[in-house]
Amino acid sequence: MTSRKGVRVDPAVGRAPLLLVLPALLGLAVLVLPLVSLLVRTPWSTMPARLVDPVVLDALWLSLLTSTITMALCLLLGLPLAWVLARTHVRGRALLRGVITVPLVLPPVVAGVALLTAFGRSGILGAPLRDLGITIPFTTTAVVIAHTFVALPFFVISVEGAFRASNRDYDLVAATLGADRWTVFRRVTVPLALPGIIAGLVLGWARSLGEFGATITFAGNFPGTTQTMPLAVYSALQSDPEAALVLSVILLLVSVLVLVLLRDRWLQQAAR
Amino acid sequence: MTGPVIGPVIGPGAAYLDADFVVRRGDFVLDVALSAEPGDVIAVIGPNGSGKSTMARALAGLVPVTSGRITCRGTDWDTGEGQPVQVQARNVGVVFQDLLLFPHLSALDNVAFGPHSRGVDKTGARRTARAWLDRLGVGELSHRRPGELSGGQAQRVAIARALATEPALLLLDEPLAALDVGVAMTLRVELARHLADFGGVSVLVTHQAIDTMTVANRVMVLDEGSVAQIGSPQEVAQRPRTDHVARLVGLNALRGRSSGTDVQVTDAMSLTSVTPFDGEVFASFTPSAVTVTLEEPTGSARNRWQATVQSVVPHGEAVRVHLDAGQALIADVTPASVARLSLVPGRAVWASVKATEVAIYGTTPSGPDARLPSRHV
Repeated sequence: MTSRKGVRVDPAVGRAPLLLVLPALLGLAVLVLPLVSLLVRTPWSTMPARLVDPVVLDALWLSLLTSTITMALCLLLGLPLAWVLARTHVRGRALLRGVITVPLVLPPVVAGVALLTAFGRSGILGAPLRDLGITIPFTTTAVVIAHTFVALPFFVISVEGAFRASNRDYDLVAATLGADRWTVFRRVTVPLALPGIIAGLVLGWARSLGEFGATITFAGNFPGTTQTMPLAVYSALQSDPEAALVLSVILLLVSVLVLVLLRDRWLQQAAR
Repeated sequence: MTGPVIGPVIGPGAAYLDADFVVRRGDFVLDVALSAEPGDVIAVIGPNGSGKSTMARALAGLVPVTSGRITCRGTDWDTGEGQPVQVQARNVGVVFQDLLLFPHLSALDNVAFGPHSRGVDKTGARRTARAWLDRLGVGELSHRRPGELSGGQAQRVAIARALATEPALLLLDEPLAALDVGVAMTLRVELARHLADFGGVSVLVTHQAIDTMTVANRVMVLDEGSVAQIGSPQEVAQRPRTDHVARLVGLNALRGRSSGTDVQVTDAMSLTSVTPFDGEVFASFTPSAVTVTLEEPTGSARNRWQATVQSVVPHGEAVRVHLDAGQALIADVTPASVARLSLVPGRAVWASVKATEVAIYGTTPSGPDARLPSRHV
């Protein structure tokens, strides 16, 4: 049965009360209105010209490059970390998981400050590195490190969940068939968790693409080397608001794309 | 067994598989001893929680033994001390109850997984796998994923996968339990043939009496973690030592104390046989020997008990009626009798058995256990 407002309700319970429907609509408006405004105000006619602006192209390229490298690092470091959490009995595993989760809730600017204390010119690791002639802050490397710091937890938590969700008995079967632990990991554990791993990559990638606070604090805002898309939006807003709109629309489209990629896994699972 | 076990492992007398071990898990203690030679197919039966699967898992190396020893082909797999030989190195084949075929691999690659993991190159492993799939009659399905196979087909692939590594020991955990009756029957016959061809020792964990009768050459009965009986399928069927086995193989078996021809089962229940014996016994009689009536029988049957119907289930041509007569009894009656007597759960009836139908077995191995069941006087 469909009520007048188009909200499906169980006829046995009665119609949806206004006390719930009105706040729901208001909440929806809060979420949708800014996005619609962005699309309405975007100067679509000058869009093609803006897209080939070197500043836009540089920022776009840098964002894609750093996000992709970040994803590679997530795979390289995060996959083993997730496996350790899901499949081994390390002492203090709960604590370990807690530590990994902290960057998820840490304000990004604090992450940037923390990264500076570690890799900054006088940082714990940064000082010895500088003696070797390696400087990290305010370089593209710094952008990647900042992105990895914030994206890795998303990836690890997602993949650990996928590892846990897949039946551990498959690992046992593989062992009875003679496979050592590395082979089991490579040929059984990872393939079975693949949907979760891909979801983790997409999530981490989106997080990396939108990263602002840690990047600007730790890596600065230098066009061509550390100015990623969100930083370019921020800069453009102060000098050329139209350019900021164009950049924002691009990021919005990328985000929607990510959502479409995740649609099957997320929206439908949540609907169940 | 506690403490180090010192002694020669390999010797003229050493069996192919020699296992004598204890597994402790919380309150549960499994204590079994088993030795077997190549070609042996050992059926392990027992009620749920009797330790059947734990025993299979300990042999496979998925569960460490607490104490004791598992030796196969002269190699100690587990002695309860130090590091047991790992699962990968034991060369066991396992067919798990829920099969656990890798869902992301084709039937062919599922079977090739074992040989490939053990060092055969990919092409060789696939060739081996194809041969095994052909042997199990599912060669034409080799490209299919497990999700595209029927229960019987998946079961064949799982058996092929376990055999493809040419294991020393094959463990099958209720391999036919999940199949339709018809499919299970066909596969059971084939399984018997494959296990007979298989050069190692097979251990078949099962719930079904027919598996023990048709597939195995030895039966091990587990009860609460220990071996209640071990012997040929015929011995176990004819002389069951536990209620469970007796019911499993379709026999009533009442444990009691025999004095002359009288067997006292409980304070309230006794029966009469025609076999004089003094001591602890199992008194056994077939379900078809039990007559069910509404009134107290006045015929020649000397054993008569008041009972309550617990359940009524079809059993082949007959109907199997489970009765509570203080002790659990089973009776096979005709469908017509069920209708005429209105046998429904809760119905009060009389159960009677002629003394000549009661077979007596001593329960202690040292007793006159060898005495034949006395059906004829």
